[in-house]
Amino acid sequence: MFLVLVQIITMILTVVMAVAYMTWMERKIIGAIQNRYGVKHTGPFGLLQPFADVLKLITKESFSPDQVNKPLFKVAPLIVFVPAILSFSVIPFSYGLWVSDISVSLLFVLAMGSLGTYGIVFAGWSSNSKYPMISSLRSTAQMISYEVPLFLSLIGVIILTGSLSLKEIVEYQNEHMWLVFPQILGFLLFAVSAVAETNRAPFDLAEAETELVGGFFTEYPSMGFALFFLAEYASMFLMSAVAVTVFLGGWSGPFINHFDGSAKVVIGLMYFVIKVYVLMFIFVWLRATFPRLRYDQLMSFAWLYLIPLGLFNIILTAVLAYIF
Amino acid sequence: MEYGYILLTFLIVLALGATLLAIGALVRPSVHSKFKLSAYESGMPILDDAHVSFNARYYLIAVMFVIFDIETIFLIPWAVHFDVLGLFGLIEIFIFITILIIGYFYAYRKGTFVIKG
Repeated sequence: MFLVLVQIITMILTVVMAVAYMTWMERKIIGAIQNRYGVKHTGPFGLLQPFADVLKLITKESFSPDQVNKPLFKVAPLIVFVPAILSFSVIPFSYGLWVSDISVSLLFVLAMGSLGTYGIVFAGWSSNSKYPMISSLRSTAQMISYEVPLFLSLIGVIILTGSLSLKEIVEYQNEHMWLVFPQILGFLLFAVSAVAETNRAPFDLAEAETELVGGFFTEYPSMGFALFFLAEYASMFLMSAVAVTVFLGGWSGPFINHFDGSAKVVIGLMYFVIKVYVLMFIFVWLRATFPRLRYDQLMSFAWLYLIPLGLFNIILTAVLAYIF
Repeated sequence: MEYGYILLTFLIVLALGATLLAIGALVRPSVHSKFKLSAYESGMPILDDAHVSFNARYYLIAVMFVIFDIETIFLIPWAVHFDVLGLFGLIEIFIFITILIIGYFYAYRKGTFVIKG
């Protein structure tokens, strides 16, 4: 019992730290892409920047504006934050390294991902202010639209592996091959939907700064804002982790089967972390490269292209899997 | 037992989030003023509530989402037991998806997927 508790707290702290350092990574990478330094005054290479940010946010005044619906306004950041972190409890970080091994872990991750949408609706509605209201409507419509291709892209994987357990999906890939090769269309669909699902550029219509200020958390001061911010980066980290687990082989990699015991765990973790950071780098790279889409293009892209492609991918995978 | 670990994680994360929120409220005193507590807008006095009527297209999108989401959930058991169900399952799913695609084209012709504004 004590061991499990240690494991859970380690997992949560690791995830929160990784998420905090992602903000540092993003600033540094975008700085490099745009030919500037990025953060550099707080510690070597600006490495203490996340701590400075947290200190700053904590010392900000915490209040709720007059017009808000208090209970919902207070609870909305938690509804976004908790599921985003909770999903990590079923991710197999390495060989034998997970908090909980349930047989429907893929479904669990997707379900938690959907729950975050409620937080956004609550935040926008309870703020009772025009910018958050418009933003939360937009981002809800966007998130539920892209959730459909996100789910559809994973069905092909389930057909091939015959399992909903992330652990078994990784083991399948360790034995056969990474699922990105037979499921290349599924992977591309997943990648596009994941970027849209996390409200990241070029799909960041929810917080299009020039028109909607801060998006659905415009009215939030202090730590409420920080929780939304953490949740956004955590869901980015989560989407990368799921993509790695489902399509890119999770902890499997070259020569992994020659090791066993704790060496296998350490090397597997190393492979997992490297792959996740490559994907997170791509997230940031996309933000620095592409301009924002128009809202009607964004919505029709999901419904007119991604969903038919997702259905096509399922039928194709099913027919091919049946023949071979 | 495995689900118990998830429940435990849930409680710890909830406690962490609530603590963070509480720290924010405790560390600094709050000094209120009329303008600080008003909604963020253009700087002019605010005329009315933000809970106004919005574009009905959002509602249509939500209805379409429910249909497609339930469809995906129906596909998952079939996908898990793909090997067992074989040709029978394959034909069943073809019929299922065909019916869905007919509905999809109807919604497309009605202009559900074109959002303006």
